[in-house]
Amino acid sequence: DIISTVEFNHTGELLATGDKGGRVVIFQREQESKNQVHRRGEYNVYSTFQSHEPEFDYLKSLEIEEKINKIRWLPQQNAAYFLLSTNDKTVKLWKVSERDKRPEGYNLKDEEGRLRDPATITTLRVPVLRPMDLMVEATPRRVFANAHTYHINSISVNSDYETYMSADDLRINLWNFEITNQSFNIVDIKPANMEELTEVITAAEFHPHHCNTFVYSSSKGTIRLCDMRASALCDRHTKFFEEPEDPSNRSFFSEIISSISDVKFSHSGRYIMTRDYLTVKVWDLNMENRPIETYQVHDYLRSKLCSLYENDCIFDKFECVWNGSDSVIMTGSYNNFFRMFDRNTKRDVTLEASRENSKPRAILKPRKVCVGGKRRKDEISVDSLDFSKKILHTAWHPSENIIAVAATNNLYIFQDKVN
Amino acid sequence: MATLCGRGAAPPPPRPLQAPPPRPAPPSAAGAGAGGQDTMFARGLKRKCADSEEDGEGALAAFRAAPSYSLQRQSLLDMSLVKLQLCHMLVEPNLCRSVLIANTVRQIQEEMTQDGTWRVMAPQTAGQAPLDRLVSTEILCRSAREVEPPGPGSGDGHALDLVSELSTAPSAQAPRSPQSSVWEVDSPRESRGGFPKSLDQIFETLENKGPGSVEELFSDVDSPYYNLDTVLTGMVGSAKSSHGDALEALASAAAPPPSSSCKDLGELDHVVEILVET
Repeated sequence: DIISTVEFNHTGELLATGDKGGRVVIFQREQESKNQVHRRGEYNVYSTFQSHEPEFDYLKSLEIEEKINKIRWLPQQNAAYFLLSTNDKTVKLWKVSERDKRPEGYNLKDEEGRLRDPATITTLRVPVLRPMDLMVEATPRRVFANAHTYHINSISVNSDYETYMSADDLRINLWNFEITNQSFNIVDIKPANMEELTEVITAAEFHPHHCNTFVYSSSKGTIRLCDMRASALCDRHTKFFEEPEDPSNRSFFSEIISSISDVKFSHSGRYIMTRDYLTVKVWDLNMENRPIETYQVHDYLRSKLCSLYENDCIFDKFECVWNGSDSVIMTGSYNNFFRMFDRNTKRDVTLEASRENSKPRAILKPRKVCVGGKRRKDEISVDSLDFSKKILHTAWHPSENIIAVAATNNLYIFQDKVN
Repeated sequence: MATLCGRGAAPPPPRPLQAPPPRPAPPSAAGAGAGGQDTMFARGLKRKCADSEEDGEGALAAFRAAPSYSLQRQSLLDMSLVKLQLCHMLVEPNLCRSVLIANTVRQIQEEMTQDGTWRVMAPQTAGQAPLDRLVSTEILCRSAREVEPPGPGSGDGHALDLVSELSTAPSAQAPRSPQSSVWEVDSPRESRGGFPKSLDQIFETLENKGPGSVEELFSDVDSPYYNLDTVLTGMVGSAKSSHGDALEALASAAAPPPSSSCKDLGELDHVVEILVET
């Protein structure tokens, strides 16, 4: 099924994917053994479960898709793992735990669990725990439902580990993990008259260290930073990030391509990165009037915007990620290409995630798109790009150079080459 | 406003762009090789003070005559309206996409108004401002639902995911000549008649239907324009609560009786709530 979200947990030991069918698949990195030093830990399937089912809203006569829009991990606090997964309407907290022992020797039940006839019990024994094959079980611990009229596009766990937020097109709600029948609305941009609606929320995230601060991006290419200490309803932003429009590039598609599809805080908390249709931008939180860095992802598409509008590709929502040290940023493109930008050296690379072009352990070859003129041997021309092969979701290990790239229904995991 | 020569200045007359003639109908384009299909808008639709645009590679050979800017703009408008009509309504449509398309349509309309090429056809319901009717995508979505039976492609409800699916949708709409715009009077196309007629049918249908489903409730309402929200995201749910739980607000049954001009969704909420509870 088509992968719709990819996320490493806080240690990088686990990698979760959600798909269009509502399933979550968790991969675990195998322990590196001393015997095979040259073989780095690889990711194997750890657990698979059905997170969301399709639902039908009878009042609106509409289906609610089971597609998992986002997964976010909670930091680990005990032996079990916890993650949030959400579809368009409902957020669920899942507990993933291991069981490798089981009790044996009950008095009142036999080994199959059937009740024993009390008359046959002549002695008492103490049940003991015996080892069993490792079983990983996922159980839904909380269901946070009925709080969103519109489609949820983001969830973000707060640094206090007690609350999280969920954002839909027009509203952002704050939840406490323990309470499922109440949530606080902290942002509401729904106009009194829906005819006046011209802007929607596209993504939202909490600051990694300051539990009172969060940002949300809009379809008009703006980012608002809000402080929850200022007021209960954060309709008035604390900071407003917007780049002035470039008049030389103005067209009927300007607004659409300025719509931000993803916003991510750097690990340091000092920067935010935004992805719009053609670029990735890095903003300093202390400077609102323009980004400090802008990277062109696939500027050769600028002359094709009308076709891309026609086939709806212009509405594709690409995500972007930081590496662990905030020195490299990565985002996806078409033709199963993904791009990495080194912020320090200003070098960038285009790589391809495809079976034909990469065997296991083969080093990825940089790819190049030829814009005009003569095409070199290894280059691919813009007109040959496959726009149905889009890389929307990628993830970067929190501390190592391991990346996960979702190409439609395939997951690729790449690592630094081992010397 | 897509004016490059600065705001406040009189907009220059539309200049022909260095682009090939636009295709009249939304093509059943394939996803791959979108660049090859891009015979219109070599660089995106722009109005420039000076034609300093470079042509794309080999573009000159493909051109016959530079078409008028307004023709291309009209095509974009038609395409946008078709996109707004693709409300298969099996799954709720993407609000962000709809808002962006509606904004694009509004931009084009504003520019056309400035040009003086915009003229509103006599509306069925008097007093509607053209801007509001533009945003009345509800009409367009209803037309797809009520006037035309859903085509085979509507069953999947994910027409936006793959280009191939999208290409079948326009062909399903073809009998209604979707590229015609009801608002464009000086369009050179002949097949315009289909669209306004169906718009008339829509209004008739809405007024004649007896009370029944929740949707008809809103057609009886004497409001000059439709609530975008009711179209794109359904009718229920957005209680006017700034804090607290939407669920709690809905559950509270202290609802006033619906007024005849309830435009606000909060009031419509209460109306629906009453219906459901009876």
